[in-house]
Amino acid sequence: MSILQAFKLAGKSIVGSKMRSFLTMLGMIIGVASVITLIGLMEGVTNYVISTFSDMGTNMISVTVTNTDTRKVDVDAVYEFTEENSDIFLGVTPKVSSRYTVKNGTESLTTSVTGVGEDYLELNSLELSAGRFIQYADIKNRYNGAVIGSYIVEELFDGNAALGDTFKINGQVYTIIGIQKEEADSEANSTDDVVYIPYSNATRLAGSNDIGSYSFAAIDSETVEAGEEVLDNYLYGIMKNEDLYTISSMTQLLETVNTMTGMLSAILGGIAGISLLVAGIGIMNIMLVSVVERTKEIGIRKSLGAKKRDIMWQFVIEAAAISTIGGVIGIIIGYIATRTLGSAFGIEAAPTLNSILLAFGVSAGIGIGFGYMPASKAASLNPIDALRTE
Amino acid sequence: MMELGNEENNAPLIDLINIFKIYQMGTTEVRANDGISLTIYDGEFVAIVGKSGSGKSTIMNIIGALDIPTEGKYILKGQDVSKMKSDQLATIRNKTIGFIFQQYNLLPRQNLLENVELPLLYGGYGAKERKQLAMEALARVGIEDKWKNYPNQLSGGQQQRGSIARALVGKPSLILADEPTGALDSKTSREVLEFLKQLNEEGNTIVLITHDPTVAAKANRVVKMHDGKIVFDGTAREYKEQEAAG
Repeated sequence: MSILQAFKLAGKSIVGSKMRSFLTMLGMIIGVASVITLIGLMEGVTNYVISTFSDMGTNMISVTVTNTDTRKVDVDAVYEFTEENSDIFLGVTPKVSSRYTVKNGTESLTTSVTGVGEDYLELNSLELSAGRFIQYADIKNRYNGAVIGSYIVEELFDGNAALGDTFKINGQVYTIIGIQKEEADSEANSTDDVVYIPYSNATRLAGSNDIGSYSFAAIDSETVEAGEEVLDNYLYGIMKNEDLYTISSMTQLLETVNTMTGMLSAILGGIAGISLLVAGIGIMNIMLVSVVERTKEIGIRKSLGAKKRDIMWQFVIEAAAISTIGGVIGIIIGYIATRTLGSAFGIEAAPTLNSILLAFGVSAGIGIGFGYMPASKAASLNPIDALRTE
Repeated sequence: MMELGNEENNAPLIDLINIFKIYQMGTTEVRANDGISLTIYDGEFVAIVGKSGSGKSTIMNIIGALDIPTEGKYILKGQDVSKMKSDQLATIRNKTIGFIFQQYNLLPRQNLLENVELPLLYGGYGAKERKQLAMEALARVGIEDKWKNYPNQLSGGQQQRGSIARALVGKPSLILADEPTGALDSKTSREVLEFLKQLNEEGNTIVLITHDPTVAAKANRVVKMHDGKIVFDGTAREYKEQEAAG
C-alpha cells in the first residue's frame, strides 16, 4: 500500500468521526498556539527592551574616577590616550554632572547641569534645533555659554527661548548658544531636561578642578569589550587601585537583559510545551481506543493481505495527520493571538519563524511518536482473533 | 483415506501432512487438530463439515494461512506455509487465497468498489488497474451497478456477493468460504451456493467450511471432522448415504 493511500485512509477516518477528531486536535491546537504566542510576545518584549537600551548608546563606556591628592586622571592625558587608541575609540568627553537651580527672571527650577567636551553632541548622536554646540574655545576660555534642552525652554522661557537669551545657573549668568532638538516630548527628567555647559565651567561650579567622570565612545558595540580592557589597564596604571575607578557599559546591561528575557522565554515555552505533551498523550489515548474499536477492520485487512507495516502506516499516519492538522490550526491561531496581544500591549510582536517550525515539527513528531504505540499494537494483532471480535 | 480429483494434475494445490494444532488451556492440552492429512487438487469443490468444536475452523485458519500448525507440514501451491512468518503469510493470503466470510466482513466506511479493491491495494496494483479489475469482479457477481453503495445500503445477499467479488478479484488459486450462507435466508443461500458451484465449474478450486450437512452436500467432495480428526472423506453422494445411515 502506498503512502498516498495511507493518507487517503487517514483523511477518511478523520472526516468519518469529526467531533472526536476535533476534540483530539483541540489539545494540539491549544498547545501549539500557546507556544507560539508566548515565545512571540516574549521576543517582542525583548526587542522592545533592547531597542530602548540601544537608544542610550550601546557603544558608550562610562568611566568614573575617584581622584585622590596623589593620584589623579588628567583630562589632557585622557584625550591623548583616546587618540592613541583610535582603532577602538571614536572619541571621549568629560562628563561633570550636578544638580543646580537655574533661573530666568522669576521662573526657576532644579535640573541636572552637565559639563561636557566639544565632541559630546556627535558621540551621543544628538541634534540641535538652533545655534551651535559647545566648542573647544568655550572650554579653553571658560565661556559662560549653555546648550539647553526643550524641557528647559518650556519651563524656564515659556517655550520662547532665543539664542543670546540669558539665564542663571547657580547664580552665574549664562548665554544660550544652542537648543537641543526635542527628543522625549519635553518631559521632566528626560533627555530633554538638560543643560550642557563647557566642562571647565562645570568643574569650577562644583568647586574642584578634577574631572571624575568620562564618557568614551567605542567604534561600535563589538569593540566595547576591547575598549573596557585597555581602559582598565590604563586606569590601573595611574590609580594603582581597582577600587578608585569603575568602568561600565551598556553591553553588560544588554547581556543581562538578554539572559533574563531568554530565561523567561524558556520557562514560558516550557510551560506551553507541557500542554503539547498532554496533547500528545490525548492523541495516543484516542488512537488506542480507535485500535480497539477497529480491531475487526484490522482483522479483515490482514486477512486480505495487509502486512504489519501497512497497518502500522495506516495508524501512524492517522495520528500524525490529526496532530499536524491541529498544529497548523494552532499556528494560525497563535499567529493571530501574537499580533493581537502584541498590539494590545503596544509592542511589536510577531511569531518567530523558529517557533513556528518548532511547533510544527513538535506536533508532527508527537503525532508520530504517540501514534507509534497504538499503531504497533494494531499491527501486531493476530488476524484470527481480530476477525472474531464484533 | 481416499483421494479424489487426482486425474487433473500431478501436484496437489493443498497438501496437509499430519497437522497438529495444540492449545494450552491452563494445565490441559487441547488438540484442535489431531493429526490431519488432506490433499486437495486444482478444480475441486470440497466441503469441510463438522460440529462446533470439531476443529474445522482451526483447519480452515491453517488452510487460509491465517495461522500455522503446531506440528506438521502444509504445502500450498508448492510452498511450505507451515513455517512462514506473519508478513509472508500475508502475501500468501493476498496472492493465493480469496476469503468469503459468514459475516461478509465488508468495511463499513468504504464503498463496495473500495472494498473489492482492498486485496489489490495490498497487492500493489495501480489505481487504474484496481478499479478495472474490481468492476469486472462486481460484474461477475452481478452487482456492478451498486459499486458506489456502502455496505449498510445493501441487502445481505448483495453484501455476500460483494464479498465473493472481493475474493475473486485477485484471481486466487483457492477460494476459501467460511459458512458463506450462515447469515442468509434459505433462498439467498441457495443462490450463493449455486454461484459457488458455477465458479467451481469455471475452474476455481473451492473449499467450503460449514456445520450444515445439507450445505456440505452441495460440494463434490465432503470431508467430515470430529474431535480434531477427519472421520469421513468421500463424494457428496457417499456422504449423504452415510448421513442417512446415521
